[in-house]
Amino acid sequence: MTASDAVRTSGLTKRFGSQTVVDAIDLAVPRGSVYGFLGPNGSGKTTTIRMLLGLVTPTLGSIELLGWPVPGREVDALPRVGALVEGPAFHPYLSGRENLHRLDAADRTSDPATAARRIDEALDRVGLLPAARKRYRAYSLGMRQRLAIAVALLTPKDLMVLDEPTNGLDPQGTREVRSLIASLATDGTTVLVSSHLLSEVEQVCTHIGVMHAGRLITQGTAAEIRRHQETEARIETDQPDHTARLMRELGLRDVRTTPHGAAGRLGDVPPEKVVAACVHAGLSVTRFIVDAPTLEDVFVALTGEGFDVSG
Amino acid sequence: MSAAELSATAAVPARRPSPRFLASELRLVLRRRRNLAGLAVLAAVPIFIAIAVKSSASQPGADAPDFFRSITENGLFVSLAALTVELGIFLPLAVAAIAGDAVAGEANLGTLRYLLVVPVSRLRLLAVKYTAIVLFAFVATFLVAVVGMVIGLALFGGGNLTTLSGTQISFTEGLGRVALASAYLGCALASLGAVGLFISTLTEQPIAATIATVIFSAASLILDSIPQVDWLHPYLLTHHWTAFGDLLRTPIAWSGVVQGLYVAAAYALVFFLAAWARFAGKDVTN
Ligand SMILES: Nc1ncnc2c1ncn2[C@@H]1O[C@H](COP(=O)(O)OP(=O)(O)O)[C@@H](O)[C@H]1O
Ligand SMILES: [Mg+2]
Repeated sequence: MTASDAVRTSGLTKRFGSQTVVDAIDLAVPRGSVYGFLGPNGSGKTTTIRMLLGLVTPTLGSIELLGWPVPGREVDALPRVGALVEGPAFHPYLSGRENLHRLDAADRTSDPATAARRIDEALDRVGLLPAARKRYRAYSLGMRQRLAIAVALLTPKDLMVLDEPTNGLDPQGTREVRSLIASLATDGTTVLVSSHLLSEVEQVCTHIGVMHAGRLITQGTAAEIRRHQETEARIETDQPDHTARLMRELGLRDVRTTPHGAAGRLGDVPPEKVVAACVHAGLSVTRFIVDAPTLEDVFVALTGEGFDVSG
Repeated sequence: MSAAELSATAAVPARRPSPRFLASELRLVLRRRRNLAGLAVLAAVPIFIAIAVKSSASQPGADAPDFFRSITENGLFVSLAALTVELGIFLPLAVAAIAGDAVAGEANLGTLRYLLVVPVSRLRLLAVKYTAIVLFAFVATFLVAVVGMVIGLALFGGGNLTTLSGTQISFTEGLGRVALASAYLGCALASLGAVGLFISTLTEQPIAATIATVIFSAASLILDSIPQVDWLHPYLLTHHWTAFGDLLRTPIAWSGVVQGLYVAAAYALVFFLAAWARFAGKDVTN
């Protein structure tokens, strides 16, 4: 935790009635990071994001958003924050462009003289310019999602908060969101992106926090998080026992035979040494797989539960 | 300055206060098809009254309401007759529809969360929403009055106007009196709008807020007609509404109208503050 965190919370807690939905979390999103805020459905991600944005009052704990205390000074912080919260929401009978005009008109910090140009640039950046005059109700889910992202692009931002930005998008749309996140990060914008689909965002994240049943069970750089889980080597061959013996000799741990060969944890052993040894021993290797641990593995290791099990 | 604020990103300076958000709000209200249909109904009533009076063989009898009897003498009375008729349900309903939708409608669509993170401070949001409601109340009453005047003058002509006191005033002065009456009723309906705004912060269902607001005004009318609770009457929202007729006397009998304005201002203030108290710390969860 440093003063340069874009978002920092301390003991942040929210109870709805007797249910503790967010349980004493200490979030630290460093400036310039792409922070993957991950967790299964119902784990408290959206409620946390609503508290960060001043929409929901915390039961306990404190929040600093771009250095400003929330609740209290969110009106000072929010002009520099773009947000997509729990899906898009617009006036159905206004066009995409009219919806953006309305939100820009509500912004006391935006320049009316440049509104039309900024709105068209934002629409263009998300590929909606051809549909700008269509009513929002005629937009597909993907177009709606992109319009919500366009809102965040109307004025320069220091922080983007994207809650499940790939929800409802096809694989192409998901790739577009990922490349948008990457381009925002290149511009120096801090990105806080939540998802219940680990694989969709883990590739773009520099930092990761994992939520489970209202608690932040782990947080750190992507490399630190993955270190919880070791890289595994899997060899497919018709001589499993021989291969397993060789792997043990090389110093791999937890070596076991599998239906199609053998597998073990690499530890400090370089993968190419394993390949060379197999060739040297004359084994017929049909496939050699070095499996970097997925976040899914990390999550299962931390909670003992599959990721899609709701908290 | 605290340590936290020292490390904070410099706040983006707000520009000069601008009417952009209010203009956007008015466009939203006045372009919505449902609201336009409502205004069309309000405007149809004076036309209907004028045509009905014109086409009936005899003049309205002595038992007809005050303003109806005078319609054939002066077209301006169509405006007043229409305002009287619409004050029972149409005008309160129109204002309740806008006011009930103000916060609950945005909450229902989910657009409320996006307005708040723009950011729009919650007090500013309520202030803009309420200003739009007040302007709509005036648009509604003046629409009825103007349409009534146009059709009335076309079918019955204008000229000097005989006031309810029996004396004559010039046509121009009559016009001024009708404008005063419309403005007074605009204020009266604006106070109902504050009640609607408050109710609109209690729910995420705009229709429910509208119905509750109409019920509030209807309950006020009903209580006003029960003599056993006459101690309550002067404090009822609707009690002084019909005092707009006093503006058509010579000289104008101000006391009812002034009391009506006090009551309207009190309701507007109390319910606006209640809306703020309720909305300021409310969790926005949809
Ligand atoms: N307004 C509310 N009232 C009561 N419970 C709520 C409310 N909002 C969310 N919850 C509960 O809080 C939990 C976490 O929800 P949420 O923050 O939306 O999780 P996520 O975004 O990780 O899926 C869920 O069990 C949900 O039912
Ligand atoms: Mg969520």
